[in-house]
Amino acid sequence: MFNVQFLNGGYMTNILEGAKGSRHLLMGNEAIARGALEAGVSVIAGYPGTPSSEIIETLANVSSQQNLYVEWSVNEKVAMEVAAAGSFAGLRTMAVMKQNGVNVGSDFLLHLALTGTRGGMVLVHCDDPGALSSANEGESRHFARMLEIPLLEPGDFQEAKDMIKWAFKLSEAIHNVVMVRSVTRLSHASGNVIFGALPVKEKKAFFKHDGGLLDPLEGPMSSLPAPVRHGQQQEKLARAMAEFEASGFNTYSGPEPPELLMITSSACNLYCKEAISLLGLEDRVGLLKLGTTWPLPPDLMQTYLKMTDRILIVEEVISFLEDNVKIIAAELASKIGSKIFYGKREGFIPSTNEMNPDLVLAALAKIMEINYEATPPAYARRSQELVVSGAPGRDLTFCAGCPHRASFWTLHNVLQLDGRQGFGCGDIGCYSMAVLPTGFSTLKTLHAMGSGVGLASGFGKLGQFGMDQPVLATVGDSTFFHAVLPALINAVHHQSDITIVVLDNSGTAMTGFQSHPGLPVDAAGNEVPAIDIAAVCQAMGATVRISDPFDIDHTQQTLLELFEIKGLKVLVLKQACALSPQKKGKKMFDVSVDENICLGQNCGCNQLCTRIFKCPGLKWNPEQQVSGIDEVICVGCGVCASICPSGAIQRKEVA
Amino acid sequence: MNHVSLPYDPYNIIITGVGGQGNVMASRVVGNMLSRQGLQVTIGETFGASQRGGSVMSHLRISTGSSWSPQIPKGRCHLVISLEPTEAMRVLASYGNPTVKVLCNTRPVHAIGVISGDQQYPPLEDIKSWVSELSEACWFLEATAKAMELGNPILGNIMMIGAAAGIGVLPLARQDFEAVISEAMPADKLALNLTAYDLGAQMIGDGNKEVG
Repeated sequence: MFNVQFLNGGYMTNILEGAKGSRHLLMGNEAIARGALEAGVSVIAGYPGTPSSEIIETLANVSSQQNLYVEWSVNEKVAMEVAAAGSFAGLRTMAVMKQNGVNVGSDFLLHLALTGTRGGMVLVHCDDPGALSSANEGESRHFARMLEIPLLEPGDFQEAKDMIKWAFKLSEAIHNVVMVRSVTRLSHASGNVIFGALPVKEKKAFFKHDGGLLDPLEGPMSSLPAPVRHGQQQEKLARAMAEFEASGFNTYSGPEPPELLMITSSACNLYCKEAISLLGLEDRVGLLKLGTTWPLPPDLMQTYLKMTDRILIVEEVISFLEDNVKIIAAELASKIGSKIFYGKREGFIPSTNEMNPDLVLAALAKIMEINYEATPPAYARRSQELVVSGAPGRDLTFCAGCPHRASFWTLHNVLQLDGRQGFGCGDIGCYSMAVLPTGFSTLKTLHAMGSGVGLASGFGKLGQFGMDQPVLATVGDSTFFHAVLPALINAVHHQSDITIVVLDNSGTAMTGFQSHPGLPVDAAGNEVPAIDIAAVCQAMGATVRISDPFDIDHTQQTLLELFEIKGLKVLVLKQACALSPQKKGKKMFDVSVDENICLGQNCGCNQLCTRIFKCPGLKWNPEQQVSGIDEVICVGCGVCASICPSGAIQRKEVA
Repeated sequence: MNHVSLPYDPYNIIITGVGGQGNVMASRVVGNMLSRQGLQVTIGETFGASQRGGSVMSHLRISTGSSWSPQIPKGRCHLVISLEPTEAMRVLASYGNPTVKVLCNTRPVHAIGVISGDQQYPPLEDIKSWVSELSEACWFLEATAKAMELGNPILGNIMMIGAAAGIGVLPLARQDFEAVISEAMPADKLALNLTAYDLGAQMIGDGNKEVG
């Protein structure tokens, strides 16, 4: 039912095929998955989030052959807890999430870091510098320093695989969780990777708990007594730091000594190499690529910091490596002398957005006083001139046939009809785009998963201060389980007067149709009990209605009726995502425009279909002044036929 | 292992298009074909918003040496494979240079601003002359139209791969294509994909070449 290879453009890679020493082109996330298999991982849990999702998908695909337990957990905190349970029972386990997920799980992670682990446990977190597929570019490296656990960062695709293997070993050596951080440009990029061997796993799960309170291997797993555990935790971190001194993941290339030392980690490693190569600085500039970025190994740092007095630090978003290098340099000042740093604080490297080779080139060229031109000036000028009319911008939009377009069409229209300046509160998912014109700018708040309902719960209590604007909150079906439940209970309990709209499109659509608790299938494709969203809301005491968003009239009527009822209302809008595997390639309707009926600009509708509704499956023909259908893009949902006031857009059910 | 020679090392390819055109699939197929020749391949992809009407780019770095940055530096592209005409223009403005080659599918995908009438989609003849001016060599192919004759517009991306093989600058071999598709897709899809690939390669021979 669910095609777990969806996000990869339909391209299937079998990470089991291939002997030790064979060479494969793998996406970073596939390399991480292969590394976990080579380490003998048994339990893997996570919550979908770009750019991390393919790690779990890849492992779920091979779960039966490799005897893995793989789950899409309800949220990241539970994922960490599920993975920790496996570790406590002696197995190697992995929790996987995007950067925001570490925030969600951090409450448990703080306790876990204090308690420690038994079987190797690795937390893989994929950050998204530049927020290419996120609503923020917050990063999770800082948790490693805050929670005092080791942090590793792969610098290419081979390392993405090998480092995971090593992280499990390290975790078992120090008996604590190890963080491995990837970024979008590694997770979603691909490179050649050489396979290692797959081990034979024979370990039986058993949780030893009858030793003394402080016995780390056979006692109960608890963070108490906290100050004692905290001391043990810091000893573990010191042991990791000692291991890092000799780690092969910290590499140096370049002359000894160099005129300038570049220090970097992660995907920036590849940008730095590119910049050095394009400027021809291989004989003048050295590159220290660090794979063990917290805590930094001081002896190794002393060796390289001593070589030169000019240092450029290259990393993405806010400074982490830079701060840590500067602290070490201050501590070592009597041995290494004073340094001139070029980094974020000095204005050479930006503190927002992702890095790329050009930004590193610019910084390096400036420091080394080299003139670098990416493109001959005449070409650059002409191409910039032509692109203005040559490539109209592409605003993000809901896909053709997306149920969200139909849903927000109705939500927007009902709020307009009501006339009291009502608004929607949103959160993370494809429906976040309803802050934009593609969702008729219906959403006026956009924050973390589930936050729309929490905010609505608060707005709904402002009646005593004179507020009478209707308040809607929109949530996705997966989000409902992830983070909405506590806010929903809060709103019911406090009788907040709001309407929650569940946009149920039958899957975690934005990240590629991963399963969630509302579906009868799990990550590995097994049949599991589904939890009914409407029944849950009803049991809590909410007034619940269900509608098909493609039935515009019924949905509008239902919503208007709900506005008349006091207290907490839930409207479940059920229609599968246009890209869902069960829908893809199947048209419900053949849609066409009768050009004799379409009045174009002479119709009173103000080109409702193409100017306002704006489905990408529609076309506007400026010469003939009529609308049309793009048959390559239209998926045949038929909704545009129900909004056309003149009946020019016609739909015929596909047999 | 690296007996293959490249016109440039790394050789930089950008496959561009609009979300839903099969861009990611195309980049993985081309990357795997070249990887089978013993070359080091790095692919950088931007997706996430890719199904949602946005421009999508895959950057491919082909080398006899090592992995390269998954983002090509500005002005350093050697071959643009564009699944949509205006996307070729967008790529050239950032990554083009006087020696770049361009393969371009002629079927437009209108942006939302064009559908609403707020923006104008440029005439195809204009795009052809601009791309020609900004490239060393370019080819315009009616790949989507041909793919629709085969029953599925998405096959346009496979035709463009066939065409890329047809221009002969890279070691793209039909038997590698066959092997890659056999590994990556259900067996019943092979014949149709091979037909699309061959049609794409033929289009290059059919006098589609225009030199700028």
